[in-house]
Amino acid sequence: MPRLNAESLHRVSFKLNGRMVSGQAHARMLLSDFIRHVLGATGTHVGCEHGVCGACTVQIDGVPARSCLALAVQAEGADIRTVEGLAPAPDRLSLLQNAFRENYGLQCGFCTPGILMSLDALLRDRPDATEPEIRDFLSGHLCRCTGYGSIVKAALDAARKLREERERA
Amino acid sequence: MKPAAFDYVRAENIEEALDVLRQEGADARILAGGQSLVPMLSMRLAKPRVVIDIMHLPGLKRIETGGGMIRVGAAVRQRELERQADLGAQQPLLAAALPWIGHAQTRNRGTVCGSVAHADPSAELPLVLVALGGEIELRSRRRSRRVAAATFFAGMMTTDRKDDELVEAVRFPMARSGAGYAFREIGRRHGDFAIVACAAVVDAQRAQLAVGGVADRPVARQLPLPGDPALEDALDAFAWDLDARDDLHATATYRRQLVRRLGRQTLEEAARCRA
Repeated sequence: MPRLNAESLHRVSFKLNGRMVSGQAHARMLLSDFIRHVLGATGTHVGCEHGVCGACTVQIDGVPARSCLALAVQAEGADIRTVEGLAPAPDRLSLLQNAFRENYGLQCGFCTPGILMSLDALLRDRPDATEPEIRDFLSGHLCRCTGYGSIVKAALDAARKLREERERA
Repeated sequence: MKPAAFDYVRAENIEEALDVLRQEGADARILAGGQSLVPMLSMRLAKPRVVIDIMHLPGLKRIETGGGMIRVGAAVRQRELERQADLGAQQPLLAAALPWIGHAQTRNRGTVCGSVAHADPSAELPLVLVALGGEIELRSRRRSRRVAAATFFAGMMTTDRKDDELVEAVRFPMARSGAGYAFREIGRRHGDFAIVACAAVVDAQRAQLAVGGVADRPVARQLPLPGDPALEDALDAFAWDLDARDDLHATATYRRQLVRRLGRQTLEEAARCRA
């Protein structure tokens, strides 16, 4: 592959929430900035920008990861999911999102998109996730409003409903 | 908090990566999982002229076992090693330490070799590598060589790697029968950098303790076996010799005390786990 020059813009294409998207980025542009500023998907939030707070967490090829710890050019060809991809329709929340609403799992909402993307992946892999597992997974996210109790409650509620849904199916 | 400008090369084969390293030397940085390098770029602690992405090199994605070693290639993510079937039997120390590295969300991208190359003094994987007496495989256009972990880590984020060399793989010795292994760590929160981390290997004759987070690199030492009354003084001497410093997270006194207490607990746990 030719060297991507620092000064020029380069085309980056990947799948975002099931749709192919593309835009222009400098080699140094972070994936978080590319998603927000170039693609306009501002549901992904940016907090600390060095991988500590977890607000910018998205799913890259099916697993949760910090979008501020990846370069946009690294995401070429990847399958990326953001909070915008969770709801099944514009007027319907996903089961997990609804559990957050019902259990007061958010207050200001800044950390929520990242937490949802982590929990969505966790509960998909491990619908039987226990409270300690959920807490361990949430340790990758900072929330300064809730004290985490209501987030854990929402996650456990969502896990229970997902299991019920699975049993019915 | 935005990286300074750099060129980007997505290497398609290892020779291409090594050529750029040879040409650019210290102005080039290898990008694997990016969980250490990207924050360094964003904080402008690193300002390379070129970043070489090696995650697309298929030859580096392998985990191989053989010859008493687990060999982990440079593009293997921490999560992949963590999920390797039988890792707990192959090397229980590695299996115990992996969940302590950052968070699940960073282990999904961070690589094993990247953490070793980064050489943070409180990082878990360099500590495990030193505790087990593992090796680092380095490769450049000039030569390939293997370096023992104890000599590879030269100081705070400093290693024996030359500017034109790539960490191609790391080799963790597999579990020996008759040996027990244990890992313990104290940090402010799970996922934070360790204030003190301990890794112990104990068999019928010898006890070895490696300590991270205190000196400028992980340090291993042979100590009396748990139960030997000489252990207490030996741990105390080890704690002082590590030259602990005060910092934002803990005082030197607290770190020394953790080496004594956590060190003893880790050794005792390893002795209990002897197979």
